[in-house]
Amino acid sequence: MDTIQMLVLGFLSIVIINNFVFTKFLGTCPYIGVSGRLDMAFGMGLAVTFVTTLSGAMTFLLDEYVLMPLHLEVTRYVCYILVIAGAVQLVEMYLRKYFPPLYDSFGIFLPLITTNCVILGICLFLDQWQTNNFLEAVNLSFGAGIGFTLAICIMAGIRENLVFADVPPCLQGAPITLITAGLLTLAFMGFAGMIK
Amino acid sequence: MANDNAQSVTTSATVWNGLFKENPTFGLMLGMCPTLAVTTTMEAALTMGISVIFVLIGSNIMISVMRRQLKPHLRILMFTLTIAVFVTIADQFLKAYQPVMSEYLGAYIPLIIVNCIIICRSEACASKQGVWISTVDGLAMGVGFTVSLSLLASIREILASGKWLGMTVLPLAENGGWFVPWAGMGMPVGAFVTLGLLLGLAVHLTKKAKG
Repeated sequence: MDTIQMLVLGFLSIVIINNFVFTKFLGTCPYIGVSGRLDMAFGMGLAVTFVTTLSGAMTFLLDEYVLMPLHLEVTRYVCYILVIAGAVQLVEMYLRKYFPPLYDSFGIFLPLITTNCVILGICLFLDQWQTNNFLEAVNLSFGAGIGFTLAICIMAGIRENLVFADVPPCLQGAPITLITAGLLTLAFMGFAGMIK
Repeated sequence: MANDNAQSVTTSATVWNGLFKENPTFGLMLGMCPTLAVTTTMEAALTMGISVIFVLIGSNIMISVMRRQLKPHLRILMFTLTIAVFVTIADQFLKAYQPVMSEYLGAYIPLIIVNCIIICRSEACASKQGVWISTVDGLAMGVGFTVSLSLLASIREILASGKWLGMTVLPLAENGGWFVPWAGMGMPVGAFVTLGLLLGLAVHLTKKAKG
């Protein structure tokens, strides 16, 4: 019972309260750059969620059973990057084989997921929060990905409507997106303190 | 960026590019995560900026040296691995000599690895140009990044606490002054909105300068 409660609370907290985009500023680049269309944003979010979960689990195991016992913590970042790049390659190959249209529509953004801060971010934060339970690590990584999907989809929805708004010329494009993002974080701060 | 390699690149043009024309934050809109996250105080912004300068120069030199051996499909992986090595050096250095700052910046130092500016410069400059131009480009881009970070951090720190690098700029109301700190400036909302307005200002000024 305790485990389930812990998992649910952890998941909610990382999706809503400690959302990576809104409170830790991770993944801001695709958030500003890609989130122009809702369907693209959703696909991107799912791809990121998959890679986050996979690499979160793999880096946790790597850290716990290889790097810590051998005292190779110095090489941690290099190993993490290798794992992430491998996971992205896997997703790329899978999509190219089974979903060619989706693969074509992603284009250059797919390999660039490697440099999405959410993914390296969750691997580093798992270590910083001293997560020592495999299930919890997978849960948190999955939650971080879902949180990113949520954020990027909300933003895409707003931007689809922003087209009709009368924005001053100098604020068009990125500046107004950033200001909108700021107001969104303000809204999400309402959730703070809901779960300790 | 595409026309950079069309003509021969001069040192002064590279410097101008990094500082103004393609300023990482205001021109290319790259490396947003650290820009937003570490600009709560000036000290954090400067530490971050210097680490980025170090990593940029180091990785640009390395990649420029091995640019002829790079296979196209392994390129990005080699870039990230090179960068990861330099970030590890910077991280270990900060842990040893600046433990307080290292603790404060936490995961954002290792996150320099996935900072888009560094990969962008490896791809756009270091993998095509010689060692000297790559070094200058790394320095100019890094300084441009640091200047933008400092600008944002100064605005946020002064408005959030009335202090700048520990000196009192605006006397606080609770200490007998007149300034009531803006709590929002220390929060994520302050980062996003300030950067948005600064970008708007930059666009406005560029347009005006062009006539």
